[in-house]
Amino acid sequence: MDTLILLIFVFVLAAFLGFELIQKVPSQLHTPLMSGSNAISGITVVGALLACGVAEGEFGKWLGFAAVILAMINVVGGYVVTDRMLGMFRKKGK
Amino acid sequence: MDLKQYIDLAYIVSSILFIFGIRMLGRAETARKGNLLSAVGMLLAMVATLLYKEVVDYKLILVGVAIGTVIGWVWAVKVQMTGMPELVALFNGFGGLASVLVGWAEFEFGKNTDLVTQIAVFATILIGGVTFTGSFIAYLKLAGKMSGRPTLFSGQKAVNAVLFVALLVLGVIYVMNPSAGLLYAIIVLSLALGVLGVLPIGGGDMPVIIAFLNSFSGLAGAAAGFVILNKVLIVAGCLVGTSGIILTIIMCKAMNRTFGNVLFGGFGAAGGAAGKAVEGEMKGVSVEDAYYVLEAAQNVVFVPGYGMAVAQAQHAVKELGALLEKNGAEVRFAIHPVAGRMPGHMNVLLAEADVPYEQLCEMDAVNPTMGQVDVVMVIGANDVVNPAAAEDPASPIYGMPIINAHEARTVFALKRGKGSGFSGLENALFFRENCRMIYGDAKETIAGLVTQFKG
Repeated sequence: MDTLILLIFVFVLAAFLGFELIQKVPSQLHTPLMSGSNAISGITVVGALLACGVAEGEFGKWLGFAAVILAMINVVGGYVVTDRMLGMFRKKGK
Repeated sequence: MDLKQYIDLAYIVSSILFIFGIRMLGRAETARKGNLLSAVGMLLAMVATLLYKEVVDYKLILVGVAIGTVIGWVWAVKVQMTGMPELVALFNGFGGLASVLVGWAEFEFGKNTDLVTQIAVFATILIGGVTFTGSFIAYLKLAGKMSGRPTLFSGQKAVNAVLFVALLVLGVIYVMNPSAGLLYAIIVLSLALGVLGVLPIGGGDMPVIIAFLNSFSGLAGAAAGFVILNKVLIVAGCLVGTSGIILTIIMCKAMNRTFGNVLFGGFGAAGGAAGKAVEGEMKGVSVEDAYYVLEAAQNVVFVPGYGMAVAQAQHAVKELGALLEKNGAEVRFAIHPVAGRMPGHMNVLLAEADVPYEQLCEMDAVNPTMGQVDVVMVIGANDVVNPAAAEDPASPIYGMPIINAHEARTVFALKRGKGSGFSGLENALFFRENCRMIYGDAKETIAGLVTQFKG
């Protein structure tokens, strides 16, 4: 129960932080912000790694394996595509 | 300190990197570095996770990571900027599905059977499942693999409501008494809810739903964090969830609509396109005549919309802009926050075409100067320049902030045909005295103007 309270505590604080972090974003950054945070949502890969890495060869392990692949597509694809976009923006910045 | 504490410390560092990363993504000068920082945070979190003593099968992990990395990388490098909205939707869906699988795997392991874990498993599968199929439908709509218009059938709202209530009831039963059968039912119903929830949303509402699904994928990750009691999942997922909600709100405000209205409105397909009947007629103009007006113009504003993306006209538009500038005109691009099919869509396209950054202006910066503008070129935009939004209280889009194209001396509207826009509304702008229509493919029209300028 103590762990749960701690986790809820973390969740609530992160929620407030998230609302404060992004208040006024120029519209040309809307897409990069979205695809960049989309990549961060691939953090679920941590859970996927834990499930995939266990020793026993049961069904759950294979679910974890599939989750690793999917989450990595999300993570790598998200970061690379965001970087590409921002690279285009910066060229014009000079 | 034992190993577990070092892992937790690494998670704290990676959370900090995510926080700075998102913050920097919100500012033009630091955005690229911010993205890099958050990528480093992700790498750190992954490496730290591998240190858990429960993680022993590195071979399988390596295979999975390699496959996912290659697929993600190739797609991200190969995608055309015009294909960006659907790719972002697709990536988002994969994240949601990964969360579903994490929740499901935890159930299969059956290590924690306490109440809280079961609630978290339920929440993860519900949110992740809706994110997955919802994003996938959005992907199909954006990629043109299915109609972008709202798909409606009678009793749709009732069906969705029943589905949602059924999910909640199943969830309660499952939490009280977990069983595999119930879990599978919950998975199937969650996937169905995502499909049915996004089907009725279409066209110009797409930016809102994309931003919302993005937020949801973060929340799915946070829920998965409660399943495996992992703080970095909770922090990162929650940050994405809330910043996504902020973006969703920005999009809704740009259309003067509430989120509930977007979600349940089925805008445009309902048929009851009310509002005053527009009087007068649309007057066409030839490319040649348009050229003479443009040639004399001192101040030109382009208003791009989804039609520009469809026609892939951004490069031609950039060339025309450069020629106009050489001809002595001031050239700007007025970009409405919801133009296109995802937040910031037009900015991405125009940046790809090398349009100078300084020429991209936000709606609020352009509107006060509209009186001095000689020519507004509306390229495939429709509702975002409809003066009915400002003048006709009976119009369904009344109150939506628009680009005041009608205040310019001359408006050229490039349009494929005489049909109405996504909302099904006649655009009052096109009937104005100062507006001339140039029918045909936007890219060809612009290319024609470019030829005139060069000739």
